[in-house]
Amino acid sequence: MTEIERHAFDVVVIGAGGAGLRAAIEARSRGMRTAVVCKSLFGKAHTVMAEGGIAAAMGNVNPNDGWQVHFRDTMRGGKFLNNWRMAELHAKEAPERVWELETYGALFDRTKDGRISQRNFGGHEYPRLAHVGDRTGLELIRTLQQQIVALQQRDFQEFGDYEAGLRVFGECTVTDLLVESGRVAGAFGYWRESGRFLLFEAPSVVLATGGIGKSYKVTSNSWEYTGDGHALALRAGAALINMEFVQFHPTGMVWPPSVKGILVTESVRGDGGVLRNSEGRRFMFDYIPEVFKEKYADNETEADRWYDDPDHNRRPPELLPRDEVARAINAEVKAGRGSPHGGVFLDIASRLPGEEIQRRLPSMYHQFRELADVDITREPMEVGPTCHYVMGGVEVDPDSAASGVPGLFAAGEVAGGMHGSNRLGGNSLSDLLVFGRRAGMGAASYVESIGQDRPTPVESEVDNAARWALAPFGERGPDGPPENPYTLQMELQQVMNDLVGIIRRSDEMEQALKKLDDLGRRVRNVMVEGHRQYNPGWHLALDLRNMVLVSECVARSALERTESRGGHTRDDFPQMDPEWRHQLLACELEHSESGESRADRMDGVRVLRRPQPAMRPDLLALFELAELTKFYLAEELAEHPSEKG
Amino acid sequence: MGYQAHFRVWRGDADSGALRDFRVEVNEGEVVLDVIHRLQATQCPDLAVRWNCKAGKCGSCSAEINGRPRLMCMTRMSTFAEDETVTVTPMRTFPLVRDLVTDVSYNYAKAREIPSFQPPADLAPGEYRMQQVDVQRSQEFRKCIECFLCQNTCHVVRDHEDNEQAFAGPRYLMRVAELEMHPLDTADRHQDAQTQHGLGFCNITKCCTEVCPEHIKITDNALIPLKERVADRRYDPLARLFRRRKE
Ligand SMILES: Cc1cc2nc3c(=O)[nH]c(=O)nc-3n(C[C@H](O)[C@H](O)[C@H](O)COP(=O)(O)OP(=O)(O)OC[C@H]3O[C@@H](n4cnc5c(N)ncnc54)[C@H](O)[C@@H]3O)c2cc1C
Ligand code: SF4
Ligand code: SF4
Ligand code: FES
Repeated sequence: MTEIERHAFDVVVIGAGGAGLRAAIEARSRGMRTAVVCKSLFGKAHTVMAEGGIAAAMGNVNPNDGWQVHFRDTMRGGKFLNNWRMAELHAKEAPERVWELETYGALFDRTKDGRISQRNFGGHEYPRLAHVGDRTGLELIRTLQQQIVALQQRDFQEFGDYEAGLRVFGECTVTDLLVESGRVAGAFGYWRESGRFLLFEAPSVVLATGGIGKSYKVTSNSWEYTGDGHALALRAGAALINMEFVQFHPTGMVWPPSVKGILVTESVRGDGGVLRNSEGRRFMFDYIPEVFKEKYADNETEADRWYDDPDHNRRPPELLPRDEVARAINAEVKAGRGSPHGGVFLDIASRLPGEEIQRRLPSMYHQFRELADVDITREPMEVGPTCHYVMGGVEVDPDSAASGVPGLFAAGEVAGGMHGSNRLGGNSLSDLLVFGRRAGMGAASYVESIGQDRPTPVESEVDNAARWALAPFGERGPDGPPENPYTLQMELQQVMNDLVGIIRRSDEMEQALKKLDDLGRRVRNVMVEGHRQYNPGWHLALDLRNMVLVSECVARSALERTESRGGHTRDDFPQMDPEWRHQLLACELEHSESGESRADRMDGVRVLRRPQPAMRPDLLALFELAELTKFYLAEELAEHPSEKG
Repeated sequence: MGYQAHFRVWRGDADSGALRDFRVEVNEGEVVLDVIHRLQATQCPDLAVRWNCKAGKCGSCSAEINGRPRLMCMTRMSTFAEDETVTVTPMRTFPLVRDLVTDVSYNYAKAREIPSFQPPADLAPGEYRMQQVDVQRSQEFRKCIECFLCQNTCHVVRDHEDNEQAFAGPRYLMRVAELEMHPLDTADRHQDAQTQHGLGFCNITKCCTEVCPEHIKITDNALIPLKERVADRRYDPLARLFRRRKE
């Protein structure tokens, strides 16, 4: 039907954030002809916004740090629901991945003896976050971007063409994956600029599309976070796990309204900032949960001593994992002790000299001065929870990042498992590098293993994909009056914020599911004005389909899990339940036989239970039995050395 | 609190277009990008605009506001009087795609012409040692969010399209300076800055520095020192021989 631009590659990476770029570097270095496709311009992906740092147990600041400590912290932060193999690989490989960035030209802040400096962060036992002021994500993305350019320059010298082996398709959105006999055969998308279609014929696709936060009204995430990769994976037949776990970062801006949700980095607290309520009380001391009592100070004097002498004092409770702090802020505001605009106070001004604040937190200083008329060296900030990160994502094999669909890989925020029920700050950037590289390796070995036996996309499916993408320009809605994409997006964001937000109840989630069902139907009636050239209304219309589908996964899984754990808090089931610790929820799409396009054949989301494999005994032995008994059932601990005696 | 503002926004593509007038609501604390989004949501759903972070971090939302090159997401509405007309036009130097979106591929092409970081051969990953004072100089340049406002503003390209070939522009000359000042980079770069990347075109007017949203002192800290190095080495060719690893 319509004219389609065609390309053939070995590996197509969807996403140009940290995970996608690292995957592409790996795939290209292993000789694969590689494409990187991204919705925005090259170098603008969401990763650019990361502020605080990248977690890696290099031990530059405290030599007691090591992969075992990092592994323990990650598992604790995720309330032991993490895929332990991923957490192990992550803790072991993160330092190499950070050092490798230096060989690409990255310039991290330094310690006195010239090593990479590391800062404190919530849930990390030792100073562990390599950083560049509070613009670490920018450094990461620029470094990887420049390494991609370096590889292209090498190809230019060898083949006279910068794009001979590695090509970036900027401002290009993938709307469908093509699957042939159960295997990946390619990807279908459009150029945002012209609206023209493209087809990538490729035996392997790496999803590195990031998260889903744009489905929430108050979020730190950008427009790109519409859950495209999650939805692409589902429609291709892969499963998503842990979708009920959504991280609400405790400190987003709350005022003025137009910036509500924009992130205030955790480094403010890592560097000494404290949280106070309207009565001036450092309320976090009132919210230290039983499982963390041994590690966190219960009084201000000890907490303040910790910054200078961490070996002999417990940590300040402001540095508890994010889920704890977010819930505490929520409770304070509910109890009427909030700040004027419905948050709490975050005070760094009284804790550090003005110049020091400007040196350590330049973008925060800038952000508050420019956007809120607040001088953070003089006044406290007002902050409150904001939707920040999705722990759930594509179910993958830890070592190769392979999904259940041959040829389909996933890494970064779009992949699930690594962070369990709650991610520690700084553990995402390291995750991107560790598993981005592994996904690149996984895809390369897969392509080598299939040799000449490459599936080719079926033309009728390609036509279907094109027709589906053009539907919003149609004359008619299938069943109802035409809908405006912007209105539907706002309604969706409100539903998710109000009914499947930070605190959840079964009746509200049931209601959310009804509304999502209705929204799903109305999304089919979205009509857009204008033509295909750089048309944001059309782009949003296509993104909305993914947002609704992925939101349904969040709501269904959240309803199913009748306990509270990490980024999933139930008002009606406030306790953590060890019976749930070893159970994962997986979402799959039901396929029906009838329907014109593959999209029409998708019925609904089905939630299945998956057992979490038991942790390897040598890893289990890294924890004290006393700690594990707070999370595990007695019979699961039979393998622990002190049980075996 | 809220008021109706008068906006003039450029609408059209490479072939034709015009400034269009709009009445649009503005609320407390909003930035220009919020108002553009409101126009999209309520009056012209296909208004093309680039943006990502809405927090001044990604450098996507560059435009000219009342003729001044700026980020739309960092321009507060409170900087204008309520009865002032706010005119939003695309960056002038780059070819227009549609409405507020321009074709910035020139910048990516220039980025590829700057030779990449060349790591020291004798150091393994993890062995790099650098002092904070030494990395700080290049770190300032690495704050760049690639908004391309400086590239848009510099008269060398803005007023003379034919210079595009020979001139990398302030952002990429600064990239040369950044690598030149990187404590462990082993390449020799300053002569290339002159001969390959057009440093000589720059007559240090500082217009680029003035528009940089990251407040990077492009001219003073990158371009002028680079010019000085070029001049130094010209008079003292022997210096090259003694300069393997930079201090
Ligand atoms: C404000 C903020 C601060 C943060 N700070 C930290 C921190 O200090 N430390 C830390 O560890 N983590 C931090 N995080 C989290 C971390 O930044 C993200 O989880 C991480 O960057 C995600 O990276 P990614 O590579 O998975 O995806 P992204 O960087 O989000 O990239 C996704 C890519 O996929 C592309 N894409 C998406 N859909 C499509 C499609 N349909 N077709 C084509 N391309 C598509 C996008 O264009 C983009 O290029 C922060 C997050 C935010 C929002
Ligand atoms: S200082 Fe040089 S680079 Fe900057 S605007 Fe002037 S001429 Fe251009
Ligand atoms: S140097 Fe400044 S103005 Fe130029 S691209 Fe970078 S951030 Fe933008
Ligand atoms: S939207 Fe990112 S800088 Fe304006």
